[in-house]
Amino acid sequence: MDQRLEALLQTIQKVLPDVDGIIGLKVNAAGHIAPHLFRKEAPAELDGLAIWPKYPTPDTLRLIQKAHPGAKLGMVVRGCEERGVVEMFKHAQVDLSNISLIGLQCTREEAEFCRCAKPYTAHAKLTVGEPIEGVPDPVTEGFLAKTREERLEYWKEQLVRCIKCYGCRNVCPQCFCNVCALEDEKWVGTGWLPMPLPPMYHLVRSMHMTAKCVACRECEEVCPADIPMAIQYRLIAGDVKEMFGYETGVSMDEKPPQLLVLAEGEFERTGLPH
Amino acid sequence: MEYKNVLTTCPFCGTGCGFFLQVLDGKIVGVLPDKKHPVSQGSLCVKGWNAHGFIYHEDRLKSPLIRRNGKLVEASWDEAIELVATRLGEIKAKHGPDSIALLASAKATNEENYLFQKFGRAVIGTNNIDHCARL
Repeated sequence: MDQRLEALLQTIQKVLPDVDGIIGLKVNAAGHIAPHLFRKEAPAELDGLAIWPKYPTPDTLRLIQKAHPGAKLGMVVRGCEERGVVEMFKHAQVDLSNISLIGLQCTREEAEFCRCAKPYTAHAKLTVGEPIEGVPDPVTEGFLAKTREERLEYWKEQLVRCIKCYGCRNVCPQCFCNVCALEDEKWVGTGWLPMPLPPMYHLVRSMHMTAKCVACRECEEVCPADIPMAIQYRLIAGDVKEMFGYETGVSMDEKPPQLLVLAEGEFERTGLPH
Repeated sequence: MEYKNVLTTCPFCGTGCGFFLQVLDGKIVGVLPDKKHPVSQGSLCVKGWNAHGFIYHEDRLKSPLIRRNGKLVEASWDEAIELVATRLGEIKAKHGPDSIALLASAKATNEENYLFQKFGRAVIGTNNIDHCARL
């Protein structure tokens, strides 16, 4: 057994007696992996504990907590998943008071797959694996090397492939609004593919990901058209950091800028750097 | 408290995408694409993403309906199949087997569609067989 998996199993076994269940990943008999709630009543299920490919488990926590608000749970989180639950907590989507986070540090290979700047946890008291530094994001860097005209052409080429499956929205743990602008005919027309205005769907989504995206890249992974939409979210995250000093997942207390009311006073209009 | 994912094949078309049905306390609450599925490789179309929507839908038919005196009324499967077999037999006897056509479904499996065309050719005796994708 993989060393990290072995260590994770031991940590879970240590935590399991004190909680009602632990959210992790489990492999089924056919070798397919999905999120699962491990419980002490069924300890043999831990034989199927798995760690890769990752899944949007913050949403699993939200689902379970909606039905069992007071449940005492453990949860295996990678850096992005931890950022995910932290941001969902700030938006009142999950309650972290009864949750024990078990931090799973990503390997270099996993971080490179996700082009991840922060493949490590920051809040989990229990951790498994050695944290590594973030890795470069050659896709976003490649985009930044383009001229303005090239960027426009690039997005036109990418976005026209969208089949409007809503997968990026559905899979996103940070997409939890009861009313979704992407289902509003005013912004996103229905009945045609490609969409009458292909960029609209993705631009609306980018706006709504502002100060919310935790860079888990689940959206890109589920996209049947291989649209590298995380480029947009990552550049906007850079803007948010520059303009508001806010980074998702860093602090449990700091409110995201869209939940703050700005104090009255003089504000300098800086314009967007990109 | 129980949460698990059950692997299944999308029922909407013949592509055969794989996804998990998220099951919370015995109730299906959502769909998750299967990242290791050889066909869909972690992606789904809008139909697959909503494949769980009909399961508990109030409009879902849970038993066959037979039109009696202009009104659709619930019936047992035995009654429904009996009626269909009788009427098909009558139509075939009166107008010949080529008065009947069969429309197969991309929502059914290969095996079901095979049986369906076999039923058309060997039991009814017609080659009038087509499928919904050409509608």
